[in-house]
Amino acid sequence: MKKIETDVIIIGGGATGSGVLRDCTLRGIKAVLVEKDDIASGTTGRNHGLLHSGARYATKDPVSAKECIAENRILKKIARHCIEDTGGLFVTLPEDDQGYHDMLVRDCLNAGIDCKEISIKDALRKEPNLNPSIRKALKVPDATIDPFRLAASNIMDSVERGAVVFTHTEITQLITNQNSLTGVRCFDRHRDENFEIYGKVTVNASGIWGQKICEPAGIGLKMYPSKGSMLIIDYRINNVVINRCRKPSSGDIFVPGDTVSLIGTTSKKISYDIIDEPVVDDDEIKILLDEGEKLIPNVSKTRVLRAYCGIRPLVALSGNMDGRDISRGIILIDHKESDGIENFITITGGKLMTYRLMAEKATNLVCKKLNIKKKCLTRKTPIPGSEKIFFNKRKLKPFQGFSNSVVGSTIYRHGTRAEQILQSNKKGSGLICECEMVTDREVKYAIDNQLVKDIVDLRRRTRTGMGPCQGGQCAYRSAGLFTEYGETKGEEAVKMLIDFLEERWKGVKPTLWGDSLREAEFTYWIYQGLFGIGNLTKGFGVKGKRE
Amino acid sequence: MIKLENISFDHCIKCTICTVYCPVARVTNMYPGPKHSGPDAERLRIKNPGLIDPSVKYCNNCKRCEIACPSDVNIATIIRNADSKISIKKIRIRDYIMSRTDFVGNLATKVSTIINALNSSLPVKVFLDLFLKISIKKTLPEYAYGTFRQWYKHQSKYQTSYKENVVFFHGCYVNFNDHELGKDAIKLLNSINIGVFITKEKCCGVPMIANGYIKRARKNAKHNIKTLTEATKNKKSKIVVTSSTCAFALKQEYPELLGVKNDTIADRIEYITTYIYRKFRKCDTPPMKPLNITAAYHPPCHLERLGSAVYTKELLKIIPGLNLKVLHSECCGISGTYGFKKEYYPISQKIGENLFRQIDSINPDIVITDCETCKWQIEMNTSFEVVHPVTLLARSIL
Repeated sequence: MKKIETDVIIIGGGATGSGVLRDCTLRGIKAVLVEKDDIASGTTGRNHGLLHSGARYATKDPVSAKECIAENRILKKIARHCIEDTGGLFVTLPEDDQGYHDMLVRDCLNAGIDCKEISIKDALRKEPNLNPSIRKALKVPDATIDPFRLAASNIMDSVERGAVVFTHTEITQLITNQNSLTGVRCFDRHRDENFEIYGKVTVNASGIWGQKICEPAGIGLKMYPSKGSMLIIDYRINNVVINRCRKPSSGDIFVPGDTVSLIGTTSKKISYDIIDEPVVDDDEIKILLDEGEKLIPNVSKTRVLRAYCGIRPLVALSGNMDGRDISRGIILIDHKESDGIENFITITGGKLMTYRLMAEKATNLVCKKLNIKKKCLTRKTPIPGSEKIFFNKRKLKPFQGFSNSVVGSTIYRHGTRAEQILQSNKKGSGLICECEMVTDREVKYAIDNQLVKDIVDLRRRTRTGMGPCQGGQCAYRSAGLFTEYGETKGEEAVKMLIDFLEERWKGVKPTLWGDSLREAEFTYWIYQGLFGIGNLTKGFGVKGKRE
Repeated sequence: MIKLENISFDHCIKCTICTVYCPVARVTNMYPGPKHSGPDAERLRIKNPGLIDPSVKYCNNCKRCEIACPSDVNIATIIRNADSKISIKKIRIRDYIMSRTDFVGNLATKVSTIINALNSSLPVKVFLDLFLKISIKKTLPEYAYGTFRQWYKHQSKYQTSYKENVVFFHGCYVNFNDHELGKDAIKLLNSINIGVFITKEKCCGVPMIANGYIKRARKNAKHNIKTLTEATKNKKSKIVVTSSTCAFALKQEYPELLGVKNDTIADRIEYITTYIYRKFRKCDTPPMKPLNITAAYHPPCHLERLGSAVYTKELLKIIPGLNLKVLHSECCGISGTYGFKKEYYPISQKIGENLFRQIDSINPDIVITDCETCKWQIEMNTSFEVVHPVTLLARSIL
């Protein structure tokens, strides 16, 4: 069996894991990251992508609020290509508690969050689709963040600096030697092989999955799975983040995210054994749409692209609490203290917002254990793509042979790295995903540089298949490119295509009405009616089975 | 941010039928097609208006995409709106001249002999080609002497004697280029005992829309709606139009593209063949003489979009002794001012090629089409005489 030796093993390729990996690498520590699926495939990629100003937490959790606003300012500098500084509004509807507004203003100012009341006229000018009957509007420095890009850029930077990353690789066992954790046994689903990694310190950054990983080794880590569901609207129905000014509850936030808008979020306790296959319930969709309509009446007339949900990695430290009431604070556990297991750390809780701070805290502990005295550099060092401001109109011109919408979208997704994609080379300027303007070259770039193993991974790096057609046109083209640019064989490409369509279908299924339904029928007609894809699955050997 | 009423792009299911039917995308790779330029890019333009691609200019606004669309997306409207947003800032002499058909027409008709001679002389054409980028290969349309309105002044007293009457929106073409068509229309309507009135009209606005002067077009639209509403208010008479494109603009583009409400007149506007066909069905057709010719009929794009091409076909079938050959529904390529512009000339010619070949193979005595610019394009590219269906009908009436 293959054996790998390193200093730090990181379990989990979400925002936290990738953040820890980058922090370690920047401090010159050798690190290996293991992710069971893909980068940002868990909770990281399943939230509404809000770059909190902290205002959401200001009244209930001032510590989190302060963390949020501090990280907000840092991330706007180091990860600017993943962030859109849209600004945010808190609006009070006539039926809401009118006192909440003043309380929020007071608490925001206490937490150092820069908020300002604006007139209703100004609010409506900023956001013409907003419900005109709002009573009060408060401006806060909310923004939006793309979690896929954030995690992938962190990983990419680390890999370029020498870190090793295994995606689609599952931890099958924690290897312990007496009271010390010495390594992990893994199974690489893509290469179909088992191997072992030995490290001096292991960091568990697997979020909600931590409990599953720790249990067999006798380490107690009780997670509290709280499901949050969201809906995606076909286009950007709002340009700034719109919050409802009331006690946090379902359907009170609209977040614009690249070409779409999201309505969030519900909160529902679920049982731990369904964390791998959570589903959005019909009543959640109804609540989100009904409440969403109160903020933006337009919602009922637009197409809902899909519904999805994520599991908050909350740690149940005591008793029975509601998902919204558990602090979103950062939890760093040294298992030597809690379970007597040496060289094992768990970093969990927190939010996407505070991933960098979480990574900093975890890496500080790692350094202490390894006796390394190096300072954290992530506060100042921009992630790849964010080195400088790259988006302005003049910048669109030099990229001959690509349309403005393609150039703009590519820069939007890859920041300064877009230069490598948009070279004036004739080949590969064709569109693969027409809804999100992904070119052949961008797919090639992602396969070559961004640890893309299949079309689902490709979607997270490039937005392929995330537009209105949900893979109808781009999926088969992408599958073809995997055989051209990757090592994929024809049969594997078909399997990949089926997996991707199944993954898309999962999110579309709960929202099948109106135009979504027509779209789904059309996609079905292409893949089943034209390609007969349902008949192709027979005869494929099932690869990727665990030992 | 976008307004609620402009969200038809949301219904697009990405079937790409529009791009299959787009005559421009078929002949050039400079234009990515209506799906890309319309509903696809619209989502990005909402995100960032800076992402409008200059390739939207290649759209010739034939509206075939909208006819093809099974999801009722106003594709051409989305593209024209995007185009007008990038054209606003530039000064363009040629586009200005081309879009002000009534202003230029009023001047030109006063000295039409000189203008026509100049327009067909080589030095002037070279100048226009070099400095104004109007293709040297195009024959510029001839101006008539005086205007149709001047001629009508002497006519107006005869028109009051009829019990029933219509308001005739003659358009710039009849007013400045072809008085005969206007006269034929009046002759035809009079033959079924309908009097014809005209109002103070301005250019319908289509050339302005095509050249990106949306504000100006909106101004004209408001004027036309006002005067037409006043003219038809008491008598509840219909408004008939001999130009398919003007009719389409008055009826559909005003509200859809310009956002000008036309509820007061929308139901009254009828393309002339539609109106006459219905009248023929209701009362007796006037006595007609057989023409004994073969005619090829080219249905213009905008008439198809309006849904009136079928009326012209049926009306032509009534003419005795007319051997009617209906051509395949295809764009002729000229699309108003589009084909005159140097940069679009090659595209325009390529689009029309099939149509010209079809006409040549039929070898008719005459070609019929409802649209004045289609007429110019076919006359420039084939050796046949091209007439308006109304003219042919007028010739048949005793």
